[in-house]
Amino acid sequence: MSHHKLEVKDLRYSYPDGHEAIKGMSFTIHHGESVGIIGANGAGKSTLLMLMMGVLFPSQGEVSVADVRVTKKTLAMIRQRLGMVFQDPDDQLFMNTVYDDVAFGPRNYKLDEKEVEKRVLHALELVGILHLKDRAPFKLSGGEKRAAAIASVLSMQPDILVMDEPTAALDPKSRRRVMELLTSFHHTKIVTSHDLDMIYEMCDRTIVLKKGEIAADGATSEILVNAELMDSCGLEVPLALQNCPVCGTKKV
Amino acid sequence: MSNIMSSLYNMRLLDDLARQETVIHKLHPLVKLLTTISYLIVVVSYGRYDIGRLLPLILYPVMIFTLAELPVKPILLRILLVSPFIIGIGILNPVFDNQIYLLGQREISRGWVTFLSILLKSGLTVTAALLLIATTGMDRLAAALRMLKIPRIFVLQLLLTYRYISVLMEEVARTLRAYSLRAPEQKGVQRSAWGSLAGQLILRTFDRAQRIYEAMCLRGFAGEYNTGGFKQIKVGDLAYLVGWVFFFATARVYNIPMLIGSLITGVIR
Repeated sequence: MSHHKLEVKDLRYSYPDGHEAIKGMSFTIHHGESVGIIGANGAGKSTLLMLMMGVLFPSQGEVSVADVRVTKKTLAMIRQRLGMVFQDPDDQLFMNTVYDDVAFGPRNYKLDEKEVEKRVLHALELVGILHLKDRAPFKLSGGEKRAAAIASVLSMQPDILVMDEPTAALDPKSRRRVMELLTSFHHTKIVTSHDLDMIYEMCDRTIVLKKGEIAADGATSEILVNAELMDSCGLEVPLALQNCPVCGTKKV
Repeated sequence: MSNIMSSLYNMRLLDDLARQETVIHKLHPLVKLLTTISYLIVVVSYGRYDIGRLLPLILYPVMIFTLAELPVKPILLRILLVSPFIIGIGILNPVFDNQIYLLGQREISRGWVTFLSILLKSGLTVTAALLLIATTGMDRLAAALRMLKIPRIFVLQLLLTYRYISVLMEEVARTLRAYSLRAPEQKGVQRSAWGSLAGQLILRTFDRAQRIYEAMCLRGFAGEYNTGGFKQIKVGDLAYLVGWVFFFATARVYNIPMLIGSLITGVIR
């Protein structure tokens, strides 16, 4: 199943204003892995995602998906493999009904309308919002919007799911629901977030970014408990692992 | 501000109405679009003093309201929204065009007649357009426009504007709220801040447009906005179009109120 593999080799990227956002990163993500990418603001998380999706192209090095290098020519194929859920669902839900939005991707790949319908209904059912299919996206709650955004990517049946802050701005119950939803997928998952508790629960592997470089890459259970490393990267040990605020008992 | 937010929630009423399943809603969108266009052309084509001959055309909106089971009040309210502009255009007519017009035994200024005809025409055209949206919905309307070979860039523009009006209005409302919270005892926005407020909004709009475009590209967007398959135009759809166009043409060529009038007076005599 090599088509689920994502490889980043000596990646460098500078913004037009000269700011070097990514300063040489290399890693490989294999089939079925769920990887958290964490780092302080400005560490390069979003830029990295954009490079993976081929929205930006590296100044040096390369990204390859299933052994195919991300270039302008391979974009269509790459984007079918990689589905990205944006941080703000309003950016992603641009059609006038949820159904049309989820159907947007499949229709662009010129599937016939029966197949489109099948995929849309399946995707909506997976995220549990089949009953909202005829609603206008702007009328949904935050959690529902997020679910719709995830469905709009699932309908393209990607091999790899890329998510930018999937739990941001959600109330605790909706956050929990989205997390359960994501855990239930067997896709290869790449998640960036500041919600370290979510990363701790959902991802087996974590890559920590610091000022455009990889500061650590390894098992989540080892990295997130490393208070010294987290602190030096502008992060903190997840709340669930910190000392109990009432009795002060140490957890780690 | 509360006005902005409340109109935001009312805005999509037409879309909600468009989701019903009545005889009119089930018609092919292209047929409805063409009927509306021919209606608009006929209404606009009448002369300035032809109020009487316009009257039979009221039948069209009345029929659509009834057959499509649309609520009259909210749609009429939307027509009132544009009425200030219409009144602004026509209000000076009675002053400038003050020749005498005989209405039965009474003399009135001809300006009042033209003013009334402007009101009536705009009322009818705006109603027809609103009814089209309320029975078709923006998406299907856009698909119908595409069938008429309107360039896709215009159609796309229309759909995206329609979708993002609410997002932009929310952004405006948020900005204004933030402003008013830090500027107590001020009415409205101070002139010195107009520029930066508008500038901020425009920059944010650019940003968002960029992100939306990226989101579209990531899902395989290549310039064509695919709104799904379409059913064929059926005989019933065609009959609907032909029937209305025939009626509009008759109303344009013959003076129906006059005919009915002379028929009745003829019977009385």
